[in-house]
Amino acid sequence: MGASLAAPAGRASAWLTPWLAQLPPPAGELAAVQQRGRRALAEQPLPSAREEAWRFTDLSLLAQLPLQLASSAAPLPTLPPAEPDVLRLHLDGCGDPLAGLDLPDGLQPLSAAELAQGLGHTLAATGCEHHWPVELNHATAGRVLALRVASRARVRLELVSTQPAALLPLRVLLVLEEKAQLELSQVLLAQQAGLTSLVLEAHLARSARLEHGLVALGHPDAALLGQIALEQEPESAVALTSVSAGWGLARLEPRLLQVDGQAQSTLRGLQLVDDHQIADTHSHVQFGGPEGQLDQLHKAVAAGQGRSVFNGAVRVPRAAQRTNAAQLSRNLLLSDRARIDTKPELEIVADDVKCAHGATVSSLQTDELFYLQSRGIDADQAAGLLKRAFCEEVLRQLPTPARSSCPLERLLLEAR
Amino acid sequence: MIRPDAPVLLEIRDLEARVEDKAILKGVNLTVRAGEIHAVMGRNGSGKSTLSKVLAGHPAYTVTAGSVTYRGDNLLELDPEQRARIGVFLGFQYPVEIPGVSNLEFLRVATNARRAEQGHEELDTFAFEDLVRERLQVVQMDPAFLERSVNEGFSGGEKKRNEILQMALLDPLVAILDETDSGLDIDALRIVAGGVNQLANADNATLLITHYQRLLDAITPDYVHVMAAGRILRTGGKELALELEQRGYDWVDQELAALEAAQTRTPAEVA
Repeated sequence: MGASLAAPAGRASAWLTPWLAQLPPPAGELAAVQQRGRRALAEQPLPSAREEAWRFTDLSLLAQLPLQLASSAAPLPTLPPAEPDVLRLHLDGCGDPLAGLDLPDGLQPLSAAELAQGLGHTLAATGCEHHWPVELNHATAGRVLALRVASRARVRLELVSTQPAALLPLRVLLVLEEKAQLELSQVLLAQQAGLTSLVLEAHLARSARLEHGLVALGHPDAALLGQIALEQEPESAVALTSVSAGWGLARLEPRLLQVDGQAQSTLRGLQLVDDHQIADTHSHVQFGGPEGQLDQLHKAVAAGQGRSVFNGAVRVPRAAQRTNAAQLSRNLLLSDRARIDTKPELEIVADDVKCAHGATVSSLQTDELFYLQSRGIDADQAAGLLKRAFCEEVLRQLPTPARSSCPLERLLLEAR
Repeated sequence: MIRPDAPVLLEIRDLEARVEDKAILKGVNLTVRAGEIHAVMGRNGSGKSTLSKVLAGHPAYTVTAGSVTYRGDNLLELDPEQRARIGVFLGFQYPVEIPGVSNLEFLRVATNARRAEQGHEELDTFAFEDLVRERLQVVQMDPAFLERSVNEGFSGGEKKRNEILQMALLDPLVAILDETDSGLDIDALRIVAGGVNQLANADNATLLITHYQRLLDAITPDYVHVMAAGRILRTGGKELALELEQRGYDWVDQELAALEAAQTRTPAEVA
């Protein structure tokens, strides 16, 4: 495979026009969306390093990848058997993931009318519907997994995707009715050059709960562009835990809106980079009303010449009095040539709020290493134990199916 | 237990060491034979803790002169982990907290590293649990501590007990206990000292680094060494510790001043 994210990039977006031209004509339930997305891509320049949000992450690298649309599903990896009450779906961008399945009680596909009404709603509400990665997904996704969790139902769902040597667009829309509870484990795997594009939006009605664990294990010549947009009505709770490792380029943008405040949002992120990899998380949390709560922890491990970027935006307008938000970015720098860029971005207009933020960057602690070595544990193994301990704080927040699809050893091997 | 014919485990000769640019050890001499318990006493800054860290191989300390042999082999050329595997153990004055690393897993990995060196088979999780539960009794420790992260949130006494538990599992030939008595209340001191006494036998040796007589009330040393300004100024039996307790360290300062005056005299003056 000649494709490589380490190869020098050509002119920023010269590839886009011919690439758009070779796409199959818009078709299926998302034809109109595809059309709009393609038009946007044709008009909108590729984000460049001149834009603050893309300062460190160079999308012109995408030109090096095989970006034709996946025409057949990539073989699935061997996964541990799904737990009996977990519905495991294979999202491959080609087939219907629900074909031939009996959905559990409380889980229903959205009707065409509901889809028309709901698709893109949360993307717009969280202000990212025209972001380049979203338009790319719109331009290419031919299917959407659109599900509703009925009021008071409890559902456990697992979504598994493997990226072929191509572009894999994944589009998910979830509607959680009042007091619905959804545990969503999502596993994205790439073992070859290509691009995985994920756009997931979810709307949580009052008192609904979503626990989303995303595990994305990539390949040095693969890229991931992930947009997760969540809209929360009061008294709802979201816990989003994302773990990414091994991608040549990974950009995750979790965007949360607490429509009228009074909701609970918990964000946990872990990204690992090595060699020349880039992992970039841009999170955005907006409080639309009072008494909202945010608890955010983002961790990164950077080795080799890897680069980790974190930008955590929190918006607290005047209406969001008595917001309680805490954000912490903790980073482990394992080599002299690795880079960490971390930035809190708090915009606080309300005057009666608690908003804490902090960032730390450190290397492995000599005293901790020596303590382990003084017990006969060799330096590499000691470093491995400490690295794992650093990651564990986030990993243990993953729902079990996501966690078991992502054994720690594998993850750390990816990020060696 | 002093046996003149017992094998020498540790031989320290004219050892000098520095941390950054500061010379701390300035010629330490010490011979430790199997079966012996040595106490090293001295004021803060006398070099006691540095000696223990140099013996364990802490990377912040540089040996600038002298030698240390362990059972006849050069100890100083070994990495810290190799030293631990062949039976040199350092009980830390301030055991390090390692959030996220399970105490049980840490103890198992460490024990297996030592066992491999001894030619014993590796213990699986179950066999290790049996062993660790038995050894917990040495320090009367609650098994719940195994489930926690290494030393995280442990009280001072719990940390020191955890150190002695590690000693009980690693079965060292030379155990260097750096101020194991600091931060312990009377009961914890008794438990920790009891653990050390249980583990001491005719084949191993213990080096107790301490400020206070009270540890030596519970563990009877065969030798007491007084350190000052980076060397061992005087060596005696257990009565030397009692003398220190009664007289304080002022006489040490006087002896040291006399010694340094003698050393700074020019050859002409000496002649």
